Amino acid sequence: MASPPVLPKLVGERVKRREDPRLIQGRATYVDDLKIAGMQHLAFKRSDVAHGRIRSIDVSAAEAMNGVEAVLTGAQIAEMLAPMPIGTPFPSPPHRAVAMDVVRYAGEPVAVVVASNRYTARDAADAIVVDIDPLPVVVDPEAAMTGQPTVIHPDFPNNLAVALVPSGTGVTPDGKVDDTAIDKAFADAEVVISQRMMNQRLVPNAIEPRGVVAHYEPGKGSMTIWSSTQNPHILRTMIAAMTGLGQDQVRAIAPEVGGGFGAKINIYGEEYVAAAISKRLGIPVKWVEDRSEAFVATTHGRDIIGYVDIAAMRTGKVLGLKLRLIADIGAYNMLLTAAIPTLTMLMANGTYAIPAIRTTLTEVFTNKTPTDAYRGAGRPEATYFLERAMDMLARELQMDPGELRRRNFIAPDAFPYATQMGAVYDSGDYGKALDLALEASGWKDLVVERDAARKDGRLVGLGLAMYVEVCGLGPSSSLPTGGWEHSQVTIERDGRISATTGASPHGQGNETTFAQMLADQFSVPIEHITIHHGDTGVVKQGIGTFGSRSQAVGGTALHLAGGKVKAKMARFAAALLEAHEDDIVFENGRIGVKGSPASARTFAEVAGYAYVPVPLPPGLEPGLSEGAFFEPANNTYPFGCHISMLEIDRETGEPKLLKLVAVDDAGHLINPLIVEGQIHGGLAQGIGQAMVEEAVYNDDGQLLTGSFMDYALPRATDFPRFELHATVTPTPVNPLGAKGVGEAGTLGSTPSIVNAAVDALSQFGVTHIDMMLRPEKLWRIIQGGQA
Amino acid sequence: MIPTTFEYARATSLGDALQKLKAAGEGGRLIAGGHSLVPLMKLRLSEPQVLIDISRIPGLSGIDEHDGRIIIGAATVHHDVASSAVLQARCPAVAEAAASIGDPQVRNRGTIGGSVAHADPSADMPAVLLALDAEIHIEGPDGGRVVTASDFFLDLFTVDMRADEIIASVQFTPVRSAAYAKLYQRASHYAIVGVAASLDVSGGAIASARIGVTGATSHARRLINVERALAGQPLSTATIESAAQLAGLELDEVNADIHASAEYRRAMVQVFTRRALSAAMARS
Ligand SMILES: Cc1cc2nc3c(=O)[nH]c(=O)nc-3n(C[C@H](O)[C@H](O)[C@H](O)COP(=O)(O)OP(=O)(O)OC[C@H]3O[C@@H](n4cnc5c(N)ncnc54)[C@H](O)[C@@H]3O)c2cc1C
Repeated sequence: MASPPVLPKLVGERVKRREDPRLIQGRATYVDDLKIAGMQHLAFKRSDVAHGRIRSIDVSAAEAMNGVEAVLTGAQIAEMLAPMPIGTPFPSPPHRAVAMDVVRYAGEPVAVVVASNRYTARDAADAIVVDIDPLPVVVDPEAAMTGQPTVIHPDFPNNLAVALVPSGTGVTPDGKVDDTAIDKAFADAEVVISQRMMNQRLVPNAIEPRGVVAHYEPGKGSMTIWSSTQNPHILRTMIAAMTGLGQDQVRAIAPEVGGGFGAKINIYGEEYVAAAISKRLGIPVKWVEDRSEAFVATTHGRDIIGYVDIAAMRTGKVLGLKLRLIADIGAYNMLLTAAIPTLTMLMANGTYAIPAIRTTLTEVFTNKTPTDAYRGAGRPEATYFLERAMDMLARELQMDPGELRRRNFIAPDAFPYATQMGAVYDSGDYGKALDLALEASGWKDLVVERDAARKDGRLVGLGLAMYVEVCGLGPSSSLPTGGWEHSQVTIERDGRISATTGASPHGQGNETTFAQMLADQFSVPIEHITIHHGDTGVVKQGIGTFGSRSQAVGGTALHLAGGKVKAKMARFAAALLEAHEDDIVFENGRIGVKGSPASARTFAEVAGYAYVPVPLPPGLEPGLSEGAFFEPANNTYPFGCHISMLEIDRETGEPKLLKLVAVDDAGHLINPLIVEGQIHGGLAQGIGQAMVEEAVYNDDGQLLTGSFMDYALPRATDFPRFELHATVTPTPVNPLGAKGVGEAGTLGSTPSIVNAAVDALSQFGVTHIDMMLRPEKLWRIIQGGQA
Repeated sequence: MIPTTFEYARATSLGDALQKLKAAGEGGRLIAGGHSLVPLMKLRLSEPQVLIDISRIPGLSGIDEHDGRIIIGAATVHHDVASSAVLQARCPAVAEAAASIGDPQVRNRGTIGGSVAHADPSADMPAVLLALDAEIHIEGPDGGRVVTASDFFLDLFTVDMRADEIIASVQFTPVRSAAYAKLYQRASHYAIVGVAASLDVSGGAIASARIGVTGATSHARRLINVERALAGQPLSTATIESAAQLAGLELDEVNADIHASAEYRRAMVQVFTRRALSAAMARS
């Protein structure tokens, strides 16, 4: 018999994404593609003013319109829905899905229309007359902290959502604070750098705005809810709780999801309202966010001020770091809002062994759209503050920025490394990443090039930034949802493989990477494998996709479930082949006995036998389907080094990114092609924050950058060719050694670019520039310097 | 992002369009590429009742040269202007301005007639048409008329045209030594400031110059003082440098928004005037 074709090993290979053809050919199904007979459409009437008391809402004209089924105000919605829960243990003011008496940001819903089609619904929403008594508006968090000119939530004096939480050296878990070490660090220091830095507000801007279809079937007493979400299982839990149904009675489905970037973790008022209305009226309803709504109604990201003080010796040795954080969280606490800046505190060490650190965190309500996770979620902020401060220190000491960093790195033999911020870094070799970045970028040559350009009068700068982030979230002790993932792997009767994952992808490519893993594990063709996700009716359990956790946690659960099925399958094969299960080998689509390939059976034959087991081997149940939960003992801590070269037009202040070299260490890579794609996307957003993106509000609380005409997204033409390199430091936290890479690109790029911009303009005496690098801002520095 | 209800009719000829426009009355509106009108409709800032589509009228699009004049049909899309071999060879400033507009989607749909009629304060084409001393050819119920670009752009989104008229074409004598230079607004790619400069050079001297600026003020306008300072001077970098110094000084009420203050815009008018003039000189 001819031996079967040899199947190539796929893990570690650049396999093209299997999900792409349908996505780029318009053959995928998104929420807005769903149609159900009898389905009605929702439109939300939203407040135009940022702060005010609702005097009256006149819905009569809207109700009278042809095709309008119902118009509901906040009071009516409140009869169906309790205030929305949050997912963090912080105190939080009541937050209604539809405002009842006070509106607190422009875009907050005040009424909802149910109508026969989307156009009628929108026309009816326009016909609702809302009379609002304006209240004073506050958009500046530092002003808001004074309690003037307004207090947004009566139970939160001075608008403090979270008041001054300390963390770091000398802070005990019960909140006792001992400042001896940090005070000494600053007393002993030869150099102290202090800077206020703004990490500006960003709009996440997924290509697909949010959307939801809720279908309550009164006859069955159960609900199906489709939503463009990153975590259908959390959605299911929350919808069940809010609508009074059991989790067994709610099925949540995330069909194709066109990007999330953290903003689709939160469970939104519109989702609860759709579910509640469907249940009340007994009809399916759909709501799809339009782009203008997405700008104000979907959570924003970042918006945190850091007062950074760094104490060091002239040798470059850093003694201490103070980081006073003021986070502008907007008008309400959302699912994870309050926790995001705690990740900034957690990562205050960066890649350095800093003897003493004191961070404090204050979170402030303002009359703006609420913030929540945005790609990187808290860690880009930490990286930015620290890496800018390190750069300022290097400049002050006239030391090479790489060298300064090297002198402070956590040593490669110090891992696992427990920081005083509460993190335990799993593994790392920061010097190696720095070395590779310096070498790959040709740093020394770049310095020569930069200096030569300066002699010609050009404003060229170089910037470098290290980063380490916390990924693979994370043991259940750190996540109120639970920190595990689940997978079920089933060998079907025909020998094909169905596998589920609770890590619901929305661009991460799990359908490819997870199939690669199973293909290798079972030695079957990847075409024989389907990865199911995003449907709680199919995927038994799960948490979701955020915090760069899919591969490290979800991938591991899959690997474990696969291992269980494989062991069982080996026992069936052993029975069939009259061999010992330890001698069974899976090879090229066949299962045989070690050393005697001729006796091997096809994978499908063994699978078929497992489902019609005559005779049933003793001690075995029929079938091949096993599930596994994986709870990591710790997070993973990927890291890297990004280097940028940037030129600023002397006459206009326009910055141009000339070069970007990224070294990223995410441990073992399942698919380098997908990893690079993730890094490219992250870099685009990191560059966007540094150079072109900024949500700007006026003093009345109106978002001035409420469309793509005014809110810039970086374009391909804004980028140099990304030069990517990797070091590989596996994590001991999971058997795959994989760390996570979904957010990494946003961490190092941003500070490296601002560092380069400051370098380019250093001749004008500037030591810090707040983002974004608006041409006029840079032009003013140049003008001031010349004057 | 959902417009109010409207009716839609496609015009088959200019006469048909004029008639449909008249029949529609107050609520009637022409649509060409829709790249200024449709965004307004989606935001419900514009709520026309009838759209009359002129984008497929035979003969209304295309670029021709007749007796030394270039004629661009009103419905010609920016992409066709940008990629026109005739324009690239004979009047590259127009092609480069069209190429700088928005992004490929915008350039494949938006038209020169729509751009001129809409008269966005940051639109590119008006500046170029001013610099080229172009004519706007308009058809109306009572026949045709011709308005020069200098007389056409009156104020913010305001031009010398009645609601029952249609722009048929823009026409100009090509100038090789003309150029367009633009500071991009990073979100929309409209001009924060855009300057078109056209030089009439003979015997090493500037016989006359025309300069159009957009983005800086309520509507595109000429920089008369700079034009005067150039006229009759030798064609040289020094001439350009010194004339450009005047750019911006004569502008009052300079635009300001989150992207650029008035002070910065004024300074950029000077920078981009110099750049446009230098590029024009390089083509002479
Ligand atoms: C994202 C984006 C970026 C853009 N960037 C730029 C840019 O960088 N530079 C720039 O200059 N422009 C830019 N534009 C505008 C673009 O050039 C438009 O296409 C142009 O302004 C209008 O042309 P249109 O054919 O789309 O007109 P439409 O939107 O169809 O019409 C606009 C107005 O003109 C009227 N109209 C149209 N044709 C005629 C006619 N023949 N006679 C009389 N009235 C007429 C219509 O009734 C309407 O009032 C941008 C647009 C978008 C959406």
